[in-house]
Amino acid sequence: MRSLLTKNLALRAFLRRRSAVIGAGLVIANVLVALAATPLAGVDPQALDVKARLAKPTAQHWFGTDHVGRDAWSRVIHGARLSMIVGASVVALSFVGGVLFGVLGGYFRGLDNVLMRVMDGLMAFPGIILAIAMMASLGPSVLNVIVALGVVYIPRVARIVRGSVLVIRETPYVEAARALGIGDGRIIALHVLPNCVSPVIVQGTFIFAAAVLGEAALSFLGVGVPPQIPSWGNVLAEGRSYLQQAPWLTLFPGAAIMASILGLNLFGDGLRDLLDPKLRGVSGAARES
Amino acid sequence: MGVYVIRRLIAVIPVMLVVATVSFVLIRLAPGDPASVIAGPYASAEDVARLQQSLGLDQPLPVQLVKWWGRLAQGDLGDSIFLRRPVVEAIRERLEPTLLLTAWSMAVAVLVGIPVGVVSARHHNSVVDQSFMTLALLGLSVPNFLLGLLMILCFGVWLGWLPVAGYAPLETGLWPNLRSLIMPALALGLVQSALIARITRSSMLDVLREQYILSGRSKGLSERTVIYKHALKNAIIPTLTVIGITFALLVGGAVVIETVFNIPGLGRLIISAVLRRDYPVVQGVVLLIAVTYTAINLLVDLAYLAIDPRIRFR
Repeated sequence: MRSLLTKNLALRAFLRRRSAVIGAGLVIANVLVALAATPLAGVDPQALDVKARLAKPTAQHWFGTDHVGRDAWSRVIHGARLSMIVGASVVALSFVGGVLFGVLGGYFRGLDNVLMRVMDGLMAFPGIILAIAMMASLGPSVLNVIVALGVVYIPRVARIVRGSVLVIRETPYVEAARALGIGDGRIIALHVLPNCVSPVIVQGTFIFAAAVLGEAALSFLGVGVPPQIPSWGNVLAEGRSYLQQAPWLTLFPGAAIMASILGLNLFGDGLRDLLDPKLRGVSGAARES
Repeated sequence: MGVYVIRRLIAVIPVMLVVATVSFVLIRLAPGDPASVIAGPYASAEDVARLQQSLGLDQPLPVQLVKWWGRLAQGDLGDSIFLRRPVVEAIRERLEPTLLLTAWSMAVAVLVGIPVGVVSARHHNSVVDQSFMTLALLGLSVPNFLLGLLMILCFGVWLGWLPVAGYAPLETGLWPNLRSLIMPALALGLVQSALIARITRSSMLDVLREQYILSGRSKGLSERTVIYKHALKNAIIPTLTVIGITFALLVGGAVVIETVFNIPGLGRLIISAVLRRDYPVVQGVVLLIAVTYTAINLLVDLAYLAIDPRIRFR
C-alpha cells in the first residue's frame, strides 16, 4: 500500500489539475444536493399546484412548474438523488459481478474461455439496447433499472480485471506465495485483488456517468423508472410535450444532467491521469451507454 | 494473413451463439410463462396450453434452445404478438429511417471528429486546440437526446428553420428526407464526434513524436504530406477501433433520438414493443442490432489489415 508521502504527492498532483478539481467540485455538489434533497427542495415533488400549471420560473417556483403544476425545482433536486442512487448501485453491482468473473477467468485458466465468450456475447449488444430488452422483461422500477444497467457494465469491468489478473498471477510475489503453499483464496484476496484496484476505480467513475445517462435515457423513453418517480429522464420526457410553452422543463433538468456528467468525466480523467497514466487519452468509456 | 482472417471469423461463432442464447433467456426472464403473456389476460387455460404447444414451450429448455438456434439460422424471428405478422417484415418496414439516420450521424461524427482531432494535434496546446478539446469534453457530457431537444428548441421552435419532428421517407424526395434528418443526425453525430476527436488527437500526438516524422520533415516534405500521408495513416488505427464502438453507440442513440424526433424507425418499434410486451419483436430487433454490430467490428478488424501491414505479417 502507498505510504503517506506518496499519497500526499498524488493528492497534490490531482489538485494541480484545474479541470480535475472542477470535476471533483461538481461531483461533491451533486452528492450534497442528493443528500439534502428533501430540505433543499422545500416542497414535495408530487405536490400539485393546480392554479400554477406550466408556470414560468418565479420566486415561488424557481424552475417553474410542469403540466400538472408540480414544482420543477423539487423534481430536479429529487432527480439528482435518484441519479446518485442509481449510479452508485450500478457501479457496486458491476464491480461485484465484474471482479468475480474477472478474477475467476484470469486466475483459473480453465474457466477463462467460457466466461470470456459469455462476456463477449453480452458486449455484442449496444449497452442501451441490452438494457431496454431487459427492462422489457423485468418491468419498470428503480431496482430493475439498476439490475439492467449493472448487467450491461459487468462484462466491461470483468475484461479489465481479467487483464490485470493475467499479469499479476505471473509475478514473482504470487509465485513465491504459491511456493509457500498459500491457498488460492488467500492469494487472490491478499495479493491479486489489491493490485487490480486502480484501473477498476477509474473505470468506476465512467460507469457511474454512463449509469446516470443510461437511467435518464431509459426513463425518457418510458421504459425506466415509473413515471410518477421524479427522475431527470422522466422530467425531460414530460417536458418534451411542452417544449414550446414551457422550455424551462427541458433547460433546467438538461443543465443538471450536463453538470453531473461533466463533473464525473472531469473527475474520472483526473483520477485516471493519477492512477493509471498508461490509459491517458483513451477516456470516454462514459459514452458507452 | 489468411490464418488471421480465418481465426477472426471463427471467433465470431461463439459470440453469435451467446447472443442467440441471451436473447432466448431474455424473454424467459419475464415473470410468468411466456405463453400466458402472449395469450393475454383474457385467454382460457386451454388457449394457453395450445399456445404453449405451438410455441414448443412444453419441451425441455435445452431442446427449446437448440430449436431456437435452428430457427435463427434460417432467419426466422417468429411472429409479432401485437402486429400479428412476422417480426422480419415489421423490421424491414422500419429499417429505412434507422439506417439513414445511423449513416448520416456516422458521416457527421467522422467528418467532424477526425479533422478536429488532426487540427488540435497539429496546433497542440494552442487556443484552437484548447477550445476544441473543451467543446469535445462538453460533447461527451451531453446526452444525445438532450442535444436533440435543445436543437428542436433552437432551430425548430425559436428560429423555425427546420421541421420540429417527423420523418419524410426517401420516396418523398431526397431533400425533404434530408431535411427531416438534419437535426437528428447532428444531435447524434456531434456527440460522437467528440470521442473520435479526442482519440484522433491523442494518437496523432503520439505519432508526431516518432522518428520517421522528424526524418520526413528533415528531408523537406511539405507539412501537408507529413501530417496527412505519414502521421494520419499511422494514427488512424485507434480511431478505427473507436469508429467500430461508435457504430454501437449510434445505433443505441438512434433508438433514443427517434423518440425525440418522432421518427418511425427501429427505435420506435422496439420501444412500442416493450410497452406492449410484444417480446418477439423486442427479441428480433435486439438480435438484428447485435449481429450487425458484431459484423461491423469484424469489418473494422479486417480493415486494420488493409491499412497496417505490420498486422498483416504478424
